[in-house]
Amino acid sequence: MTELRHRGAETPIQTQPSEDKGSDSELKVEKDGASDGESKVDSGGPEVPVPADDTPEVLNKALSGLSSRWKNWWVRGILTLAMISFFFLIIYLGPIVLMMIVLCVQIKCFQEIITIGYSVYHSYHLPWFRTLSWYFLLCVNYFFYGETVTDYFFSLVQREEPLRILSKYHRFISFALYLTGFCMFVLSLVKKHYRLQFYMFGWTHVTLLIVVTQSHLIIHNLFEGMIWFIVPISCVICNDIMAYMFGFFFGRTPLIKLSPKKTWEGFIGGLFSTIVFGIMLSYVMSGWRYFVCPVEFNNDSNRFQVDCEPSELFQLQDYSLPAVLASFTGWTTVRLYPFQIHSIALSSFASIMGPFGGFFASGFKRAFKIKDFANTIPGHGGIMDRFDCQYLMATFVNVYIASFIRGPNPSKVIQQLLALRIDQQLNIFNSLKAHLTEKGFLPALEEVAA
Amino acid sequence: MTELRKRGGGGGDPDSTDNISDKEADVDDRLGTDGECDGDSKADTPDVPLSTADTDNTPQYLNKALEGLPPRWKNYWIRGVLSLAMISGFFLIIYMGPVALILIVMTVQIKCFQEIITIGYRVYHSYELPWFRTLSWYFLICVNYFFYGETLADYFGALVQREEPLQFLSRYHRFISFALYLAGFCMFVLSLVKKHYRLQFYMFAWTHVTLLIVVTQSHLVIQNLFEGKIWFIVPISIVICNDIMAYLFGFFFGRTPLIKLSPKKTWEGFIGGYFATVIFGFILAYLLSQFQYFVCPVGFNSETNSFTVECEPSDIFVMQEYRLPAGLQNILSWKTVNLYPFQIHSVFLSSFGSLIGPFGGFFASGFKRAFKIKDFANTIPGHGGIMDRFDCQYLMATFTHVYIASFIRGPNPSKVLQQLLMLQPEQQLGIFHTLHSHLRERGMLPPAPAAQAE
Repeated sequence: MTELRHRGAETPIQTQPSEDKGSDSELKVEKDGASDGESKVDSGGPEVPVPADDTPEVLNKALSGLSSRWKNWWVRGILTLAMISFFFLIIYLGPIVLMMIVLCVQIKCFQEIITIGYSVYHSYHLPWFRTLSWYFLLCVNYFFYGETVTDYFFSLVQREEPLRILSKYHRFISFALYLTGFCMFVLSLVKKHYRLQFYMFGWTHVTLLIVVTQSHLIIHNLFEGMIWFIVPISCVICNDIMAYMFGFFFGRTPLIKLSPKKTWEGFIGGLFSTIVFGIMLSYVMSGWRYFVCPVEFNNDSNRFQVDCEPSELFQLQDYSLPAVLASFTGWTTVRLYPFQIHSIALSSFASIMGPFGGFFASGFKRAFKIKDFANTIPGHGGIMDRFDCQYLMATFVNVYIASFIRGPNPSKVIQQLLALRIDQQLNIFNSLKAHLTEKGFLPALEEVAA
Repeated sequence: MTELRKRGGGGGDPDSTDNISDKEADVDDRLGTDGECDGDSKADTPDVPLSTADTDNTPQYLNKALEGLPPRWKNYWIRGVLSLAMISGFFLIIYMGPVALILIVMTVQIKCFQEIITIGYRVYHSYELPWFRTLSWYFLICVNYFFYGETLADYFGALVQREEPLQFLSRYHRFISFALYLAGFCMFVLSLVKKHYRLQFYMFAWTHVTLLIVVTQSHLVIQNLFEGKIWFIVPISIVICNDIMAYLFGFFFGRTPLIKLSPKKTWEGFIGGYFATVIFGFILAYLLSQFQYFVCPVGFNSETNSFTVECEPSDIFVMQEYRLPAGLQNILSWKTVNLYPFQIHSVFLSSFGSLIGPFGGFFASGFKRAFKIKDFANTIPGHGGIMDRFDCQYLMATFTHVYIASFIRGPNPSKVLQQLLMLQPEQQLGIFHTLHSHLRERGMLPPAPAAQAE
């Protein structure tokens, strides 16, 4: 690995922290064209730990015969397959495991970004700061997970007494915890390090905003149905791989100055192939209840279950083709799941906007003169490198679901209803009754005296 | 003004251009009237170009009126006059009603945002970065659109349902807001310029943190306002009172310094301010709880298209009798005392405002020390910028909102009904039956002869 990274770094460049030099030409061969990075190792910049070659020994031995370029290909290829298999495995394991994995990924991403902040600001030895960053992460996670648990596991929470109190005063408790951290920060301000400490405070909060909120949106998507978790992530992965392939074989016109290895051919080819892939994948998955049903918690068996009547989205329907396509293919109608049409929107977003997340991460790495976020995955860099395009996608899916697919969560509505005053409940009961009777869902009943 | 500022800066050594380390703050000679925000008194900081905060912009007529007095008294008078002006302004806008209050809150928010962003520009010498000013204001508009849209949809549900374009906007509100934000994000990525990556990322982060602080909390202030004007007036008055009382107690009795960050704060001022504020809050709560104008949630009357504040006051604004604990009984020889429950809540609000509120002030002091500025801006003569006056209010607004959500009210009934109507019919039926059995259990409904089979 290190051979490749040094290949472009013959001339060490002196830099000042506040000024960016232009990026050198890319020499690292890209497999998943998601995150480009510089290939120079700065000696004058911040002391980001230079990733040493930590490819596992077993891989090194197996590949010792090949030349270094092919060795890189093989390492990246094997790791890609390993990650994809791992993805299938955790899908098989079920919702709880998925939540745990999302939580772990989030913690690792947070740690990677914070470590970069430490290196940039030479602030590794600031008093308290590491503790405070992790404390804030804990607070924000407590707040979000508490809201999620309260929403989705309402009956469980109402049953257990301590959980009920925690959930009733949840916002207050979270706020008090956050305030404690805030006060500790103020009390920890040291005379000569004010600016650094404020920088790290700001850095921590922006990282929390990006990493934690979006991992929770992923979990919300998951609870809608595993298909809303799998299809978006797969679309982004497919777009990475396809854009790389198309760029490799047909690439000619550069796309954006920020990432010189991206090409328009790769971009457009990736868009079309991702759309096709998305349609096929949704067709395959829409047939299975395991993927399509919202994840629910069964009170009696204390387990998650994914059993339900699939909603209209996941039932085959006939669509009549527009005249042009009908004459072209000789079919008048086509049977599709409505979800496949939604998947076109999801794939388009993944192909068009997802790369902007990648450009953002590239710009970030250029700005702070780092090659990769970390060196967790050999050949691929850190966890953030693999997930930078996913974040925008997760938010988009969540907003898409909220706007176009579902209404509010019924258990949450019940929860709010039962928290109202009794006379307000009665008013709502009567309004609802009138509404349902009007729509014909209830046989006309006698009017109940309020 | 400038004479005072330089008085303590005579012996200050010129700052070295070391961005990273802070020099020790000089002893602050400037008299802090509302002892909130101390700052450096040196004006020669090469890192941050001289801000307008360092020049004297006291209006001419004030200058003329006070030119007979020595500089120290002149400072007192200016600060005093401006304090009275601000408090009168506060009463005036309360009188003018909810719409004016919302507009004022929005104006304050925009000014605070502009002050903080301007500091960021100066710190990073990034005033000429391409696009960046446009992008900062664009993000401000996006986030405000998102929050105001949610607020409007919640509170003016009836109005929104009536107008067709509003209904469309409200149904797809989140999607539209997200699309607007994404457009800004993409513009940012496309605007990255080779030699300025780091600066641009810094300004991006600076903008977002500022939005997080300023915009979210101004919206919490507006949501508190909709609960009832008293929830807007009492917290703000508490913070103002704590400022003034802590300063007065510190002025007359101050001896022991409180925290290194603000050398002019003293423990005597802190504790004196605490007790004075609790008493003040108690009395103010008593005075305001009697008027429906302050106590009722702000509602929007669809027919008259205006705001109404008429209601049946809720339990916390109805006088109740409390038994005094035995100790107090002996002292006061009263057995019971008539209080509004809200007065007890006001004790908690006052305690928070006095004990934790100052941390907001210390945070702002630390921020100004870190970036070597004296005041956020020079909008208010003698007091600095709008942020200088509002830095303690932010924590208070959030606390009030969380307090209301946790201890006072439940969810908003009209919002719940709105959500109910958006559900699928089968889900509505399910909820209908659940609610039916729940109400029957509670005795609000006569037991039905037979369960309705569905």
